[in-house]
Amino acid sequence: MSSGVTNTTAHTALTARGLPAKRLRLATEEPDWVRWSLIAISIGFLTLFLLVPLLAVFAEALRKGLGPYFASFADPTALSAIRLTLLTAGIAVPANLVFGLAAAWAIAKFEFFGKSILITLIDLPFAISPVISGLIYVLLFGMRGWLGPWLSGHNVQIIFAVPGLVLATVFVTFPFVARELIPLMQEQGTEEEQAAAVLGASGWQILWRVTLPNVKWALLYGVILCNARAMGEFGAVSVVSGHIRGKTNTIPLHVEILYNEYNFVAAFAVASLLALLAIVTLAAKNVVESRIRRELQQTLEPSTAEA
Amino acid sequence: MNPISKNRRSPKQYSVLPGFGLTMGYTLLYLGLIVLIPLAALFLKSSQLGWDDFLKAVGNPRVVASYKLTFGASFIAATVNAIFGFIVAWTLVRYQFPGKRLLDAMVDLPFALPTAVSGIALTAIYSENGWIGQYLEPLGIHAAFSPLGITIALTFIGLPFVVRTLQPAIEDLQRENEEAAASLGASRLQAMLRVILPAVMPALLTGFALSFARALGEYGSVVFISGNMPMRTEITSLLIISKLEQYDVAGATAIAVVMLLASFALLLAVNLLQWWSGQRYRGVA
Repeated sequence: MSSGVTNTTAHTALTARGLPAKRLRLATEEPDWVRWSLIAISIGFLTLFLLVPLLAVFAEALRKGLGPYFASFADPTALSAIRLTLLTAGIAVPANLVFGLAAAWAIAKFEFFGKSILITLIDLPFAISPVISGLIYVLLFGMRGWLGPWLSGHNVQIIFAVPGLVLATVFVTFPFVARELIPLMQEQGTEEEQAAAVLGASGWQILWRVTLPNVKWALLYGVILCNARAMGEFGAVSVVSGHIRGKTNTIPLHVEILYNEYNFVAAFAVASLLALLAIVTLAAKNVVESRIRRELQQTLEPSTAEA
Repeated sequence: MNPISKNRRSPKQYSVLPGFGLTMGYTLLYLGLIVLIPLAALFLKSSQLGWDDFLKAVGNPRVVASYKLTFGASFIAATVNAIFGFIVAWTLVRYQFPGKRLLDAMVDLPFALPTAVSGIALTAIYSENGWIGQYLEPLGIHAAFSPLGITIALTFIGLPFVVRTLQPAIEDLQRENEEAAASLGASRLQAMLRVILPAVMPALLTGFALSFARALGEYGSVVFISGNMPMRTEITSLLIISKLEQYDVAGATAIAVVMLLASFALLLAVNLLQWWSGQRYRGVA
């Protein structure tokens, strides 16, 4: 932006002196042809790898028109998949939200030994393959697992049932809220909370009236990403679900079953729901990001005015 | 070192804020129950296997073929992402053009789009009569159900890692260094290769490693396009699942441990890279 302005001012200054304007460019800029070919490569690459697959979902879903498209959602197994996805995300997201707040409070507001190890451990689920994330619960709760025989003796089923789906979803979305909150709350420090405490506020009052208003956008950001992953997770839930139609099928697993039955229109129709969710997620993420940036500028501006 | 952190006995002694015991206790309990104990179960299970059985499980020719395919395709995908991701990040940071904000927002699509959806979408595009596949087929290129298709899917899911790691690094570049290079007579290409590239190298390598690590464990976006032929297009994640379906829990566990160790090694590499770039910045400042 700023370089563009300098370029034009230099440009007018030189043309005024009668120098050839055509060959002019700043030494820290690429020639026009390089610039435009790089832009073309970027747009081409992103269109080919990102836009085309996204459009393909809707094109395939609407291949036979709107009637078959909407008919795919009337199927009771599709409805139960939607219900189950809402249920698992409805449990996993609040659970990780509470954990994220607790972890960020402990890590950002206090000093203790081993803090960086704790942060690494919280991020750990991101480094683990979805399939392995599901496998660890099978090893723990499956029929051949450590607790499986005992659990089935007490008539509790976790693997191939809803609790297993919830656990696997909680695992893969574990760090989302915490990793947004921890750096922000560390940066904000403890001064405002200390002031509130000195003025006699209780712990809950400090949380509700001081800390949460300060981190609300980052919190929302974490929740948006956490929810998108919770509703769209495939690998981990695939291992623990057992694919029982109408019982343990989430939307992504339902998509897989329809696709493997060559019922492509229905598969893509149900997939288009998830694609819409992804588009909404990206839009919401951008709105929240610009809010965070604006608030950062607002907090920065008074201090620069003083300086 | 902060003098406070030396005093480990009770954090409450110096802080007026409440809730350390509660939040720390809850954090450790939740982390332990959800992450640490189940992960420990994986390592315990594989240690019960015995060394010989473990080696037999992870050294089986079909398993080895899947490692080669998974590591090879992931490496190529991460390399493609490093090259094009750099170009994308550079244009998004340095240039102005119409549609730039939309393009920037679109980079995160692979994070937001569920892997099963991207999997079936990519398969539809690259299969024989798909949008792109129909033009590749006459050239003798079979994209779907081949290692090429796997690489395409892994490129798709790894792209945001490179772009999002590089963007802040390119924004932080000091224009003065480029001006100095130019005033000392360097061409723009020389400045690019000798001034800019070394400065963003740690970020580029970090993005590469993150994209590589993500590709190693990927499942959803690959299973549909790969065709899953043993020895040819069977990735390791899928092999773990098919072992589980055959009730070979021990075999699945052994392979999972190998993959887990590989991703931990990459995580360590990423941390070392970040430490390295931190050192470099400190050296400059």
